Amino acid sequence: MAKTVATLKDIETIAVGSRPPGRPDDGGQGGGKEPSPSLPEGSYRLAILFALASISMLFLGFTSAYIVRQGLGGDWYPLDPPAILWANTAILLISSATLTRARALLQREAIRESLRWLAITGLLGLLFLLGQYGAWRELVTRGIYLHTNPHSSFFYLLTAAHGIHVLGGLLALGYVALRGWRRRLILIGAPDRLRHYGALVGATALYWHFMDGLWVYLFILLFFWR
Amino acid sequence: MTQAVVTHEAPKSFLRRYIFSTDHKVIGLQYLFLAMVAVVVGIILSLYMRLRLAWPTEKWPLLSKLFPQAMAGGTISPEFYLSLVTMHGTIMVFFVLTTAPLGGFGNYFLPIQVGAHDMAFPVLNMLSFWVTLAGFVVLMAAFFVSGGAPISGWTAYAPLSAVGEIAGPGLGMGQNLWILSIALFCIASLLGALNFITTTLNLRTKGMAMTRLPLTVWAWFTTAVLALLAFPVLLAGGILLLLDRVAGTSFFVPEGLIVSDQILPHKGGSPLLWQHLFWFFGHPEVYIAILPGMGITSHVLSTFARKPIFGYRAMVAAIFAIGVLGFLVWGHHMFVSGMSPYSAIAFSLLTLSIGVPSAIKTFNWLATLYKARIRFTVPMLFALGFVSIFVSGGLSGIILGQTSLDIPMHDTYFVVAHFHLIMGVAAIFGIFAGTYYWFPKMFGRMMNEALGKLHFWLTFVGVYAIFIPMHMMGIAGHPRRYAETAGFDFLAPLQPIHVFITIAALITAGAQLLFFFNFFWSIWKGRRAEVNPWQATTLEWTVPSPPPHDNFGPQIPTVHHGPYEYSVPGAAEDYILQTAPPTPAKS
Repeated sequence: MAKTVATLKDIETIAVGSRPPGRPDDGGQGGGKEPSPSLPEGSYRLAILFALASISMLFLGFTSAYIVRQGLGGDWYPLDPPAILWANTAILLISSATLTRARALLQREAIRESLRWLAITGLLGLLFLLGQYGAWRELVTRGIYLHTNPHSSFFYLLTAAHGIHVLGGLLALGYVALRGWRRRLILIGAPDRLRHYGALVGATALYWHFMDGLWVYLFILLFFWR
Repeated sequence: MTQAVVTHEAPKSFLRRYIFSTDHKVIGLQYLFLAMVAVVVGIILSLYMRLRLAWPTEKWPLLSKLFPQAMAGGTISPEFYLSLVTMHGTIMVFFVLTTAPLGGFGNYFLPIQVGAHDMAFPVLNMLSFWVTLAGFVVLMAAFFVSGGAPISGWTAYAPLSAVGEIAGPGLGMGQNLWILSIALFCIASLLGALNFITTTLNLRTKGMAMTRLPLTVWAWFTTAVLALLAFPVLLAGGILLLLDRVAGTSFFVPEGLIVSDQILPHKGGSPLLWQHLFWFFGHPEVYIAILPGMGITSHVLSTFARKPIFGYRAMVAAIFAIGVLGFLVWGHHMFVSGMSPYSAIAFSLLTLSIGVPSAIKTFNWLATLYKARIRFTVPMLFALGFVSIFVSGGLSGIILGQTSLDIPMHDTYFVVAHFHLIMGVAAIFGIFAGTYYWFPKMFGRMMNEALGKLHFWLTFVGVYAIFIPMHMMGIAGHPRRYAETAGFDFLAPLQPIHVFITIAALITAGAQLLFFFNFFWSIWKGRRAEVNPWQATTLEWTVPSPPPHDNFGPQIPTVHHGPYEYSVPGAAEDYILQTAPPTPAKS
C-alpha cells in the first residue's frame, strides 16, 4: 500500500531522471503511446483525487438543486424506491470488496488470481448498470417518466449521471485488466513494474470505491433524506 | 548513456507534431491561436454593438454582408443586438480570457518553469485542447442555425433561456448549441486543470521547492484549482437547463408562466436556482480570468524592475485568499433578485473583504517598483497598465459590493464598465504582457519594440476613453442590454457619450491591428532572440528559444535559487538564474 504513494524522496529521484537503465516501458508492444519519462507513480492517485473533488462538485451542484427544488414543495411527489435498487446497492458494495481482494493478491504477486478478481469486479459493475436500467424500466411501467414530477426528474438525472461515471470506471477497469493480462509474465519478479502497475490499479480502485460511496449517498438522498 | 532513454524525440510526421501533438508547447500555441481567432470574432461583434448604440437608425449595408439573415435590410434589430451581446460575452469570457492565459501561457510555460519535460498527462492535455476547439466550433455554429444565436446573455438567465423558441429568436437550437458548447468547455477545463495541478505538485525538478515556484506557476495552479471546482457546478446547471428545454422537466421554469400568450406546461421550478448555480461558477470564473494576469504581472514587474518581488509569501497567500473568497461571494451578483437582506449583508461583507488580498497584491507591486531602476520594455508597460486598470476596475467593485449602492446601479452601464475593466481589460493586459514577454521564447525572435509601445499607449488611453464615460452613463441611470434608447427621454442627453465611446472603441480596435501585424511580422522577420533576452531568472530562460521538444534535453535542471533574485548584493550580475550554483558569487 505504502509503496503506491510516492514520497517526496521518490518524486525527487524520479523527477531528476534516475530511471533504471533500459526499462522497456511498453513491453515492446509499442502501442503508439509515448511513455512520460519522468512521471512519478503517485501522480495517478493524485490526479484521481483531484478528479474526484471535481466530480464531488458536480454532484454537490445537483444536490443543492435537489434540496432547493424539494423545498419549493407543491408538485414534489416522492417516489417509492424500486425494489431492485437494494440488489444493485449490494452488488456495487460487493464489487468494492472484490476489487480490494484483487489488489491484495497483486501485492502478493499473484497476478493471474488478481486479474480474475478484477474481471469479477468489472462484471459486478456491469451487473449494477444493468440493474439501474432495470430500475428505470420498473418506473416506466409504473408510468413515471423524466418529466413526471421533480423527484422523478432527479431520480433519472442522478442515476444517469452516476451511471455514466460508473461506465467510466468500468472502462478504466477494463484497461488496467487488459494491461495486466498482456504483462502478466513480465510483472512477476520485477518490483518496479509491479509497483507501477499497482499504482495504476490503486488509482482505479480509488475511483471505483468513490463511485460506490457516491451511489450510497445518492440512494440515501433520493429516498431516505427528508 | 542511460540518460538518453529519458530524452524522447519529437514525432516526425507533421500531423503528430503540429496538429495532434502531445507536446505542451504546441498545445499552448494551439490554445493561443484559438484565443486569437476568438478575440477577433469577439471584437467584431462588439463593434457591431457599438455602431448600433451610437447611430441607432443608420443602415449598414456593408456590415450586413457578414450576417445577411440577421441584418436583413442593413439594420441591427434589437433581437440581433441581444445575440451579439450573448455571443460577445460568451466568446470573450470562455474562449479568450480563460483560454489564452491559462490554456495558452499556462500550458506552454508551467512545465518549463517547474523543470519538467512535459505535463503529467500529455494525452489528456491534447484532448483538452481538442474538446475546447469543439466547444468553440459548436458555439460558432449557433450563428448559422435557424433562429440564429441565443439572446439570453452569457449568463443565460432562466426562464428566458429555459423555455425555448417561443420566447425569442435564437432560443431554440441556438440556445441548445450554447449549452452544449459550454458543457464541452467545462469538460475540457477539467482535463486541463488536472494536468496543471498534478504537474505542479508532482513534476517539479530537484530543488524546485514550492517556495521557489515563480508566481506565475502559483497563479496557474490556483486558477486550475478554481476551474476544477467551479466548472462542474456550471456543468450541473447546464444539464438541468438542457433537460428543462428538451425533456420537459421543471427545474427552472415556474408554474403558470405565460410567454407569447401561451401558458407553459412547466410547473414549480425556480429561476433563482439557475442564478445560484450559474454564479457559484460565475464568480470564480472572474478569478480564473484574472489570476493568471496577476501572476504574469508579478513576474514581469520583478524582471524589469530588476528587484525581487516584494513579499513573495504574501503574494502567494493573497492569490490563495482571493481564490478561496471567490467561492463565497456569488450572491453579490444577485442583490436585486429578492434575496434576504441578511444573506445580502453576508455576501456584501465577504465581497468587500476581497479588497484585502487585492490591496496586498497592489501594494506589493508598488513596493516592487519603489526605487527600482525600471526598464520600460513593452511587457513592462503592459504589466504597469495591468496594475493601473486592476486598481481602477477594482475600486468600482467596492462600490458595487455594497447592497445600498448596487441596487440602484444594478443592470446599468456602471456594471458593464466595472466588469469590462477588471475582468476583460485587465486580463487582456496580462495576456499582452505575457505575449510580449514570452514571444522571444516561443518563436525565437523579438517583437518590434517601437510598434509595441505605440500599441500600448493607444490601447491604454483607448480603454480608459471607452470605460470611464461608461461609468458616468451608468451613474446617470443608463440601463445595459438596451439596443436603443428612443422613447426614454432621460437617456437622450447621453447619446453623444455613446458616439464618443464608439469612436474610442473603433480607434482602440484599430490599434490592435498593430499588435497582430507586429506578432505575425515578428514570427518571420523579427530580430533573432537570445536564450535570455530580458536577463531574467526563471527556468524558461535557461533553454533555447524556442525550447526543444523535451525542453531540457537529457540534463534536467537543478534549482538552487528563488525565482526573483535580482540585484542581489555582491553578485556578479544583477540577476541570478534559478539554476546558478548555490555558492554566492565571489565578493
